[in-house]
Amino acid sequence: MLLQSIVDTASQAHPLSGTVAEWVWLLPVLPLAGFVINGLLSLSGAHLGPDDPNAPDHPDSLRAAEAPAISHAEQAGAVGDDHHAVKRHRLAGVTSIVGPGVLILSFLLALGIWQAMVGVHMEAPFIQRYFSWMPVGDLQIDAALQLDQLSMVMILVITGVGALIHIFSVGYMQDDPGYPRYFSYLNLFVFFMLVLVLGANYPVLFVGWEGVGLCSYLLIGFWFNDKANADAGKKAFIVNRIGDFGFLVAMFMLFANIGVLDFIGVNARAAELGAGSAVVTAICLFMFLGCTGKSAQIPLYIWLPDAMAGPTPVSALIHAATMVTAGVYLIARSAALFSLSPVASLTVAIVGAVTAIFAATIGLKQWDIKKVLAYSTISQLGYMFIGVGVGAYVSGMVHLVTHSFFKALLFLGSGSVIHAMHSAYHTTHSHEDAQDMRNMGGLKRYLPITCVLMWIATLAISGVPPFSGFFSKDEILGAVFARAHGSTLASASWLGIPGTSLLYVIYAIGLASALMTAIYMTRMMLYTFHGPRRMGTEEEQHLHEAPWVMTGPLVVLGLLTVFGGWLNLPEVITDLVPIGPAGALDHWLEPVVGGATARVSAGASRLPAATEEMLMGLAVVIAVAGIVYAIARLKPERLVPKRDAIPEEGFEGVVANKYYVDEGLDRAIVTPTYAISRNFLWRLIDNGIIDGLLVNGSAAVARGFGWIGSRLQTGNVGIYAWVLVVGVVALLGAFTLR
Amino acid sequence: MLAESLALTAALFTIGVMGVLIHRNAIIIFMCVELMLTAVNLTFVAFSRFYGAAGQVFVVFVMTVSAAEAAVGLAIIIAIFRHRQTVNLKDINLLRG
Repeated sequence: MLLQSIVDTASQAHPLSGTVAEWVWLLPVLPLAGFVINGLLSLSGAHLGPDDPNAPDHPDSLRAAEAPAISHAEQAGAVGDDHHAVKRHRLAGVTSIVGPGVLILSFLLALGIWQAMVGVHMEAPFIQRYFSWMPVGDLQIDAALQLDQLSMVMILVITGVGALIHIFSVGYMQDDPGYPRYFSYLNLFVFFMLVLVLGANYPVLFVGWEGVGLCSYLLIGFWFNDKANADAGKKAFIVNRIGDFGFLVAMFMLFANIGVLDFIGVNARAAELGAGSAVVTAICLFMFLGCTGKSAQIPLYIWLPDAMAGPTPVSALIHAATMVTAGVYLIARSAALFSLSPVASLTVAIVGAVTAIFAATIGLKQWDIKKVLAYSTISQLGYMFIGVGVGAYVSGMVHLVTHSFFKALLFLGSGSVIHAMHSAYHTTHSHEDAQDMRNMGGLKRYLPITCVLMWIATLAISGVPPFSGFFSKDEILGAVFARAHGSTLASASWLGIPGTSLLYVIYAIGLASALMTAIYMTRMMLYTFHGPRRMGTEEEQHLHEAPWVMTGPLVVLGLLTVFGGWLNLPEVITDLVPIGPAGALDHWLEPVVGGATARVSAGASRLPAATEEMLMGLAVVIAVAGIVYAIARLKPERLVPKRDAIPEEGFEGVVANKYYVDEGLDRAIVTPTYAISRNFLWRLIDNGIIDGLLVNGSAAVARGFGWIGSRLQTGNVGIYAWVLVVGVVALLGAFTLR
Repeated sequence: MLAESLALTAALFTIGVMGVLIHRNAIIIFMCVELMLTAVNLTFVAFSRFYGAAGQVFVVFVMTVSAAEAAVGLAIIIAIFRHRQTVNLKDINLLRG
């Protein structure tokens, strides 16, 4: 094939060939090896599952014997209490080294490859073909990895943040009976995530896409003994299938229309689809359906809050930092397609904006500390989609990176809070909810490091300078504002609404959700760390800061949160105060998404510095206003512990119950599906037609013929003889008369 | 000459068939079968007179086979009689469907 030969010659002459980049395959293989080792340890029988009746010193049974009247803390949180037993796995030491070790090695290798990439000037991606995966006629799909600036950013985030979260997990999960199983799943997740970002074509990306979905399912339902957790895993898996259907259709349409599925080929031939054509819009919209599933956007966001049933480091790694950002990565990767379709791009931005504000309002009224962070994640993902939707692909990616820092920090911080709360409740045999903020309060005395670091992350996510979130958020909002005039988006219309007004609305929504973000994050911090403590006096004795293996990663993430903004400083700032190079990531990603960005922003002029400064000032004012408002209006001292709390009423109740979306979907989709399945598919089709008519029916026909045949066998030789003679005579007669 | 011979053998064969069909006694049916075989032998002999000696060779074969058949058949009938004290075919219908 022509394209293939172009790729081959390109890779032969590629500046990265012969460097450490040749070892790119080792990046995913290292976590895979970790998965195999930890998986074998888990299966080796050294491990006895939490519900294994043969487990001799089962922690639950021990505790039940000690204090039969006390119900287990495990059952307290139906939403997925972070519980653990007290038995240490006897090969846990190996897991503690292998699990995070492979990630650290991967990260070091990624750093090496990054160094090699910084040293050379590369315009074309570095492709490594390993074998031909699907050679079917015109469909030539290779198992190939692609290294370019975009995948490099993702690799560094995945292995870097991933390694920190793995190290944190060593402390967080150390008492869990499923310790090696946990690490094998986590390593497997990183393997698939790296395949996702390294794949050189859509099918390889899809393998990673599905693989991370599988690991997400396995880890959400990690404590599967509790039905709620297993159900949450199933929900995530099934909701993602809807999105994946869209992704598959997009791939089919791509192949049907331009006949290639590798990124280089798609980038080269995307223009053949025609700018703004119905085909490219359909492809982009189907692809975006996949993104809404994986990245928890409206309408498929419902699985992410439930996914908090998994262990907290899992929420940090999979459901905040990496997997859920795969949709943003996919759109940035397919920038060549999305930039061709203003309608699809506007749809992405609108869905992102609506999701951002919708989730932010729900986040305002949540009591579970992890649920607040879950809705915050959905809201921030909405921000990223605003960015990639308006064609500011770099801005979207910058927010992806900074978000992965501060949200991982927030989740790990909440993990350390839950760890402290839980072990306190555990020691006192209380079965209060260790994740409910109404049971916390005043924790800053006991968890000072966590408190400071989480405040940094809160300021970052709220958009207070100079923390990373300020730069990335401001960049997205600025991009929306800049594109409201003169860009291809502004001149397009969406359902009859002109693009310009839509972009201004999106900008306003972005500001509004930034305000709410500041409010709900401050609310979370106030209720968790400040005000009076609301747990019992006895629990207070057992509250403690987490061990260094947990706080260490938090500190590193804290530093990243503070300095993440340096990734892509706006020129306005660097002109004002020369603190670093402007637009570092802009330059870095220029070869990958530069063309697409230019195509979208076509005629949009750069904002004048004064306007940009004004927008920036507005964003800061809003962030600070949100924080001040929350501090002024919220009264942590008036809160009562969860068991004494009365449910909210009126609109507050509606928000606290997440607008009853889950209940509505349950009535509109789940219950009718059950009813149709039971009454129509099961009782009528399966029992009635398939079993009754076809299976039993054919048996009845055979039995009928058998009955007739058996009537002929009288056992009376005389009759046989008669029949024989009659037959002979008939035959002879027939022959004679013919 | 041939026509008369064939008429005779046909008559003999038919008598044998009717005997097989009508009678219930296994011994009689057996004898009727022998009669049918004999009728066939007679046909072969009649034809051999006109078409060469091959027919007579067949007769020897048929007689050999019918002798063997008689031995086996009679043995079976004796065995059945010993077992059930009857040779009436109406009572022997173990293979009824």
